[in-house]
Amino acid sequence: MIHVENKDLVIPGQILADDEYYSGRGTFKENGKVCSSLLGRVSLRNKKIRVIPLKSKYVPKKGDVVIGKIKDVRFSMWDVDINSPYSGILPAFEVFGREKKELNRVFDVGDVLFLRVVEVDEIKKAKLGLKGRGMGKFKGGIIVDIAPTKVPRLIGKKGSMINMIKDKTKCKIVVGQNGLVWVKGNEDMEQLTREIIHLIEAEAHTSGLTNKIKNKLYLTIDGELPPEEIEEVEEEFVLEKPKLQNFKEELEEEERQEEERQEEEKKEKKEKPDIGEVIEEFKRKNKSKDGSLSYGDNSNNSFILNNK
Amino acid sequence: MEIVPEITRKSIVNLVSNDKREDGRGLDEYRDISIETNVISKAEGSARVKLGGTQVIVGIKPQLGSPFPDTPDLGVLMTNCEMLPMADPTFEPGPPSDDSIELARVVDRGIRESELVELDKLCVEEGKHVWMLFIDLHIIDNCGNLFDACELAVMAALKSTKIPVASIVDEEVVISEDETFDLPINNELALCTFVKIGDKMVIDPTLSEESVASARLNVGVTKDGHICSMQKGGKEPLTKDDILFAVNLAVTKTKELIEHL
Amino acid sequence: MMSDLVRDDGRKFDELRPIKIEAGVLERADGSAYLEVGGNKILVAVYGPRESYIRRLLEPNTGVIRCRYNMAPFSVDDRKRPGPDRRSSEISKITADALRPALMLENYPRSMIDIYIEVIEAEGGTRCAGITAASVALVDAGVPMKDIVVGCAAGKVYDEIVLDLSEKEDKEGQADVPIAMMPRTGEITLLQSDGNLTEEEFAKAVDLAMEGCRKVNEIQKEALMRKYSIE
Repeated sequence: MIHVENKDLVIPGQILADDEYYSGRGTFKENGKVCSSLLGRVSLRNKKIRVIPLKSKYVPKKGDVVIGKIKDVRFSMWDVDINSPYSGILPAFEVFGREKKELNRVFDVGDVLFLRVVEVDEIKKAKLGLKGRGMGKFKGGIIVDIAPTKVPRLIGKKGSMINMIKDKTKCKIVVGQNGLVWVKGNEDMEQLTREIIHLIEAEAHTSGLTNKIKNKLYLTIDGELPPEEIEEVEEEFVLEKPKLQNFKEELEEEERQEEERQEEEKKEKKEKPDIGEVIEEFKRKNKSKDGSLSYGDNSNNSFILNNK
Repeated sequence: MEIVPEITRKSIVNLVSNDKREDGRGLDEYRDISIETNVISKAEGSARVKLGGTQVIVGIKPQLGSPFPDTPDLGVLMTNCEMLPMADPTFEPGPPSDDSIELARVVDRGIRESELVELDKLCVEEGKHVWMLFIDLHIIDNCGNLFDACELAVMAALKSTKIPVASIVDEEVVISEDETFDLPINNELALCTFVKIGDKMVIDPTLSEESVASARLNVGVTKDGHICSMQKGGKEPLTKDDILFAVNLAVTKTKELIEHL
Repeated sequence: MMSDLVRDDGRKFDELRPIKIEAGVLERADGSAYLEVGGNKILVAVYGPRESYIRRLLEPNTGVIRCRYNMAPFSVDDRKRPGPDRRSSEISKITADALRPALMLENYPRSMIDIYIEVIEAEGGTRCAGITAASVALVDAGVPMKDIVVGCAAGKVYDEIVLDLSEKEDKEGQADVPIAMMPRTGEITLLQSDGNLTEEEFAKAVDLAMEGCRKVNEIQKEALMRKYSIE
């Protein structure tokens, strides 16, 4: 016996189904009933019930890509605010390898970085790293926040939403899974993108959102509606999809290539490369005038979900 | 303490230097204002003000007390402000912070110095009994520019305040159960707050604008255009031109603000 | 017999005062709620789960909650001095105890949830109203919970057991029994009683208060649905 339908809005304590159903994320089982533990929408697949929360704080997970703000510089690491109940640390060796350098010459308090969660320890402190394409310090642009649970909606199916925004506003956009978004482009377009992101956040649960956003973009930028409607694939309840799936795939692919490259290097050198060398290599590629790792001004850097 | 990202600071400064703002307003424009009075039936005067996302509630309660020795025939105004921890993740529970005390005093100064409350009408028996008006400011949501929101709320609440009729019978004060009189108010006032961002003065700052501002200026102006209170805040200096510009704009903007009352 | 009773304010013995709840009323807070019942006006904000610098309050295996119940100086007939007193400290504590059993914070070890209850105007029964509003604010903040805790009081006034005492009834009455419960299981998470009651009267008061809780719970649910359902 089931009491709800797919996509139904439910609240904590609400009985969703009887014993024959499986209790997934956002639910719990008590006295033979599956109950919701969250304010969210039901996601029903076969006999498994999950509840996708409308709001939720970001809890770091290994492999996530996040946008963080340097909040302190310490002896051998940076403290990073990752918009979460748990703070992150960026160890100096993740950046310099074994080399000793003055930390605040590279990243200082108030700098905003694109980072990878390398590891999460048992008290949920996130160890961060910069290994991966486009990781490092942002230069210029603005930071926009969105509820972490709405990030998949901002991305859209196979990046449909975010690519549409990027194409129309000509802005570079990087989305962190922790609900922070970096936007850089023309000043007015940055502000328009901020508005669009907040609109998506507010209306994430409505249908026909892609067209609505498209219309708004065209109306604001061109002063007229787009020539044709996008065939709305009804977004397939995007919230249900694992976050940033395709981006992760991209990263994984990149990692594989990196590994292969390392393997080759290893063969050449006949020795194991130091992790510092890898970082140095990355830094050489991304070096800017002041020696810091740059991201924003480096036009050959691609960004999230740029599947061109 | 909240650290403002460097790129956010730069972006706001750049916008302002081009006479633009994050929310699309002009540098001399206020956010939407809504004022509701008589929101608390147990308070003799009350108001709730929304200024953009900022929300404050003011309650006014009169209490009989002794006058100050140097003003034996005048009522007393007491302004207190609670920056509630509910209003902002950085506000802490506990006794009023310096910011909270400054806010209360700046708001109070405008009311006091404009002499818009006829304090002599609050005297029950000279030298012995006067009404003390407790003006309590409750900050419930901080989205920037608490000063102007609070002054508007106090002004609106004062205008809605009813004082019980008190008389002396056999040397005892008798407070009427149902008879009240409107608190006598002979003027109106608004506070205009500016912050300096780059080399421009910006009115009604948002929270992020406040966080990147170098200095702040509050200007209290009455309906008839008299400047009755000012306060300079923030870490950096202001030029004389900054100040004169702000005063000039405040005189115009006050008229706009008072229309909401 | 009892059902014929009409109270001072015209209510029946088992009738609640008019009640209204709104979810998500503040910008800055992670979750918030506003509640009016009778002459009570209560505002609640929730922050968290978040980091806390008070390490000794944190627990290694779960998140913890902290509650602050506060009355505005203008919320009562005679102005109340700002700041905590013994009464508000006690209510803060029992409110946290009343909410805690419903919270599922294992996924948020070493984090803190702050619940701020502000009584803007008081007219009897603020502690129950505070709990009711706080639960809605917690749901609004996205905090995982087993159930939505709800509070309601019953009491004895002029020798009758009645629901949801007004300020006047509380002052003139013989007993007040505020409770809070988790409606799905019927488990009670807050219980106080002050005044004189026979064993039978007490049982009756608890039944009545639980019935009241279930009614208020419907209003809580409605408020959340209204806020978040698709138009």
